[in-house]
Formats: sequence, structure tokens, C-alpha cells
Amino acid sequence: MASRARPLNLGPLVLAAVLLALVAGPLVTVAARAGQFVMVPQDWAAVRFTLMQASLSALISVGLAVPVARALARRRFAGRQALITLMGAPFLLPAMVAVLGLLAVFGRSGVMNDLLAEMGLPTVSIYGLHGVLLAHVFLNLPLAVRIILQGWQSIPAERFRLAASLGFGPSEVARHLERPMLWAVLPGAGLVIFVICLTSFAVVLTLGGGPAATTVELAIYQAVRFDFDLGRAAMLALVQLGLCAVAAGLVFGLARQVGFGAGLDRSLVIAGPGGWRRWADGAAITAAALFLLVPLGAVVLRGVPGLAEVPDVVFTAALRSVLVAIVSAAMTVSVALVLADAVARRARGFGFLEAAAVLPLATSGLVLGTGLFLIVQPVVSPLSVALPVTVLVNTALALPYVYRLVLPDAQTVVGDYGRLSDSLGLQGWPRWRWVVLPRLARPVGFGAGVAAALSIGDLGVITLFAGGDQGTLPLVVQQLTGAYRMQAAAGAALLLVGLSFGLFWLCDWGGRRASA
Amino acid sequence: MLQLDRVVLAQDGFRLTADWAAAPGCRVAVIGPSGAGKSSLLAAIAGFFPPVSGAVRWNGTDIGGLAPGARPLSVLFQDQNLFPHLTVAQNLGLGLRPDLRLSGTEAMRVDAAIERVGLAGLGQRKPGELSGGQAGRAALARALLRARPMLLLDEPFAALGPALKAEMLALVAEVAGDSGALVLMVTHDPADAKAFAEAVVLVADGVAAAPVQTEHLFANPPPALRGYLGPAGQI
Repeated sequence: MASRARPLNLGPLVLAAVLLALVAGPLVTVAARAGQFVMVPQDWAAVRFTLMQASLSALISVGLAVPVARALARRRFAGRQALITLMGAPFLLPAMVAVLGLLAVFGRSGVMNDLLAEMGLPTVSIYGLHGVLLAHVFLNLPLAVRIILQGWQSIPAERFRLAASLGFGPSEVARHLERPMLWAVLPGAGLVIFVICLTSFAVVLTLGGGPAATTVELAIYQAVRFDFDLGRAAMLALVQLGLCAVAAGLVFGLARQVGFGAGLDRSLVIAGPGGWRRWADGAAITAAALFLLVPLGAVVLRGVPGLAEVPDVVFTAALRSVLVAIVSAAMTVSVALVLADAVARRARGFGFLEAAAVLPLATSGLVLGTGLFLIVQPVVSPLSVALPVTVLVNTALALPYVYRLVLPDAQTVVGDYGRLSDSLGLQGWPRWRWVVLPRLARPVGFGAGVAAALSIGDLGVITLFAGGDQGTLPLVVQQLTGAYRMQAAAGAALLLVGLSFGLFWLCDWGGRRASA
Repeated sequence: MLQLDRVVLAQDGFRLTADWAAAPGCRVAVIGPSGAGKSSLLAAIAGFFPPVSGAVRWNGTDIGGLAPGARPLSVLFQDQNLFPHLTVAQNLGLGLRPDLRLSGTEAMRVDAAIERVGLAGLGQRKPGELSGGQAGRAALARALLRARPMLLLDEPFAALGPALKAEMLALVAEVAGDSGALVLMVTHDPADAKAFAEAVVLVADGVAAAPVQTEHLFANPPPALRGYLGPAGQI
């Protein structure tokens, strides 16, 4: 009886089980601690505000990203690659630093209000819902652009050449090539941003707050830090878990595949359409660049004078942060690759593997942090495990994004070269070495960069665990700010930005180089 | 000796049976209307499409449990026969050692195979820089290096012009002749079958018929073949 079943691979299954334990353990602990489940009106208001700001942030980010990604995909100009790399910066910025940049431009005494006042117009306030939306779009628009741009680049150049040879105009190209791709890519991109904003913390802490603009995540923080009411924090964490789980379920259900077939890796340059579309593309690129780069410029301008004043503790914290980021990124990418490859090959139990990879989406930094805190506190001093716990939480939280970045290309590799690899007996390490890693180098490099940057800028779980001299760089920035040492804080923030961006750039560049 | 022992393939309303044998060294064309299951038959032998019942045997041994790469055969697909990110030499090297840790002798064998199929000097090129004919030659060179006793061709030359295709078929005959390999070649062109194959397997109406001598088959075409060839084929 000749029947070869799906490959059984124990490695990915064990990995997924460990991941499941890492995520589910804190959740169970939190649930056990939650005690009475009583929602007061202000909790319901937090839920409503959370959902509203996350939906609007996702819709606006994705809506604005499409014209920008299209313009970047079909135009070639000097500095294009540099701009694409730079456009990634706001997403990689530690949220606190991004908020400082936005305040410098849109804040009470920011550049924009100065201009408005000079023109005799009323000034605007950045605080409240629109400030939260502004910051979320600022932080997530680049992510949306990058995801959608990758979608464009996943259409082989040969398809565009075929379209050109058939005399397709821009609307036919949109109909037959671009819209099917967008339909496959946009829901995922939007939901990812929705989930990010659902659990966003630093932005809401700074620009939101008060009864009208408090999210569930912020309410958890307040319950832990101000009231030290762990029962109420656990109850709110369960609510947050419910919200995230529904959103994560949608992300999971919306996974679609586009098959554009294989290209021959020819590098073809297809001229974009002329006429007014040329100008529209130029305007989209310019507007996006200004919106994203001006606040970054403000961070640099305010940080440079502060660099001279940073205390030594900043440099040891920076070293600690870099180590945490490198270890987290390496772990995230390895786990994401192993799981994505097994899912793409539809190995046995691939549904479980996929669920494990996206499960962390159903949590948040403060939910996991609170749970882990409750777990370790009776056994060891939380202080002594602050860095390992930070690495674990950062790995878990970055995994769904990196997994989803890698998965489509992993599926393409299996679809295009699975049979060829099998027929040559390529398996195990040689298959990774000669087929999977070279074909996936680009998304892997990008994914590692994202994981490293998210980790180095994370200010969540560390606030619960660290004290004294165990802090990471974002924590030190926060402490300096809290102590009103604003010059030193600005300098440390600039250092943090440089490290975050430098790590990302190194990884992304490495990936692009390896795939060439 | 390839033996298909009451093999049944089925999937979503598609069904194909095959119950016959083919001798080593024989050149067999697989023809029939599109959608009849020619490629599925090859996929089943190559290990990509498990039969619902029956056995695929080579020299009496059931190879149904073997992974595709462990089967005594090489396959040339319709397309994607080469990894675009690897050089021609690396693509060929994979045929000898999947980990590409080639010894000096093995590297020399790769070079010899490249020369043998007329690609001398192109070993460092990437597939995107090759013409269709050159890519076909490179894939054949890898089959030559693997030297497996069966060679399955799933219309890899369908996109080539008649002269180039004839050239490639001659090269296939040469490569297969070297190692005495059994060749199974899917084609939709009866001329290919007549020019290249000693025997023909007709796939139609849910059955992959036993191989019949080529001249004999075209001299006395059964109804299914007559229907496939159409009026032009009967002249």
C-alpha cells in the first residue's frame, strides 16, 4: 500500500508546546487571581474607547498606506531605497520617544501651533482621541506601507511585463494584479495594526488618560501601580484577553493566499503610468515622508545637545538592552521560521502550530507581565530574573508579526520548489541551507530587525520586574524623564533611537544582501 | 522493471487506473487528452501523489513507502526545474549531494556533465540568465549526474521550438542510453512520441493503458486514440 502521509516533524510540535505553556501559564495564573468579576461603568468606557481608537487607527493607517506603497512600488527615484528604510523608522521607535517627537511638532508649544498662532489661527491640542490616533497612525503607517509594499513586490516582475505586453492600462493592472493582492494583504495588515493599538500603552499613557480616553491596558497599569489591586488588575487582564482573542481569531481566520506563481528572478524595471498619476504618486511619497520624518528630526534636534549630559548608567543600560534585543530577535526568528516552514508544508498538526504562533496576539505585555510576576514572585526575587523574563516576553509578543511576515514566502517556497526539493532528496539542514534560507533571507532579515527593534524599545514587562540597576535603556529614559532631567533624557532617547534603528538596519540589510 | 500493480489514483472526482509493466532502458511516451491524468500518473510514480490502492514496484520492490528523493528515478517538471538563486553548477551539484559538500572528484563530474550537455562556460550563471533550451540542458545534466534507473519527463520541453525540442529529445535519448534508464515522457504531441518513443502509454477514459509498440499503436489506433488525434491524425 503506497501512501506517504504528511511529514511528521517533532521539532516544531515541541516548540509550539513550549510556546503554548509560556503564554498560557501566565493567563491561567491571572485568571485564578481575578476573583470577583465586576465591571463598573468606567471599565465599560475603557472597553469602548479601546475598540474605537484601535479600529480608527487601523483604518486610517491602512487607507493612507495604499497610495504610498503603490507609489513606492512603481516609481524609481534617487534615494528611494533610503526612504523605504527610513519610513520604517517610526514603527521601530520606542513609543515614548515617538510621542516626544510628535509633541515637539504638534504639541502645545510645538512647531505646528507656533505656525497656527503666527497666522492668527486657533491652536490645537494633541491630547485626547485625536492625539492617540495621530500617534498610532504615525507609529503604524510605516508598518502598513512595508507590508503592502512587500505584497506588491511578491507579484513577479514577469506578471507586470505580461500586463504591459497586453496593453493593460493602470486600471486593468489594478484589477487583475493589484486588487487581488490587496484583498489578500489588507485585512491582515489592518488587523495587525488593530491588535497593536489594542495593547498600545505608552501612547495612551501620555496622550490619553482621564475618564474619556483610558484603554483597558492603561487601566491594568493603574490597578497595579497606583492601587496595587492585583485582583482588579487580573480581572481587567481577562477583559483585555477577551478583546485580543477575538481580534486574533479574526487575524487567524483571515489568512488568505495569493498565487502569482514563480518568477525567474529577472530584474525588470516596468515604467509606472504617466500623467496625473505621476504627480499623485509624488505627492503621496512627499506627504508621507514629511509626516514621518519631521517628528524624527525633532527627536534628533532635541537629543544631540543632551548626549553630553547622559550619566554612565545609560551606557550600561544600553549594553543590557542590546543584548536583550539580539537574543530576543534570534529566538523570535528561529521559532517563526521553524513554525512557518512546518505550516507551509502542511506537516502533521499544522493547525496547532499556526495557533501557537499567533496565540501571543491574544495577550499583551502587561497581561503576560502580571501573570509572570505572580508566578515567579513566590519562588525567586523578580529582580533576579528581570532580563530573562523580558527576553521571553519580547520573543512571544514579536513572534506573531515575524511569523506572518515569513509565512507567505515560506508557502511560496514550498509551492514553487517543494517538489523539486523532494525529488532531489533535499531535507534537513541542506534543505534549510540551500533552499529555505536563501529564498527567505529578505523577510527573515526584515523580521529579525522588527523583533530586535520591538524588543529594545519595549517598556512594559521590565517596569514590573526591574528595580535599582537592572534597568533597560527605555526604563532609564523613563526614570530620567520622571526625575525631570530632560536634557539627559533627550540624549538617552536619541541613543535609544540610534540603537533601535541601527539594529533594524543591520538585520534588514543583511537579509537583502543574502537574498541578492 | 517498473511495475504498476493495479494502481488506482483518485481525487475529487478524478480517477485513473494503471496495471502494467515497463522494461528497463525502454523509452515510453505517455499521451492522451489534457486532464486525463498523464501528469498524475508520473506524480504517483515519483512519490507526489499517493495511490489509493495498488503498488508501484521497481525490480519487484514496492517503492511506495520511499520519499520522492529516495526513489530510483529523476524527474523533470514542466517548469521550476532549477533553483533560481543557485548557479547552474550548484543546481547540478545538488544532484550528487544535497548538502553541496562536493569532493574534488564530484566537482569534476559536475563540470564534465555541464560540458557534456553543451553548456561549457555557463556553470557560474544563474538560471534567469539562461535560455529555455539551456535551462532544459542543465536539468538534464543533473539527471545525468544522478544516474537513476528511471527518468520521468513531464513535458519539460513543451515551450521549445520543434528544432530545439528534437535536439533536447536526442539529448534525453543519449543521457538515458548512457545509464540504460527507463524513460517515461508525457507529451501532447504525437510527433514526439513517434520520433522518440519505442512504446506508448495511452491515458484516456480513466485508464492508463499498457504500453504498446509505437508503430503498431499509430498504425491501428484504438477509438480513444483516434478521438484524441482527430481527423488530421488519421490521414
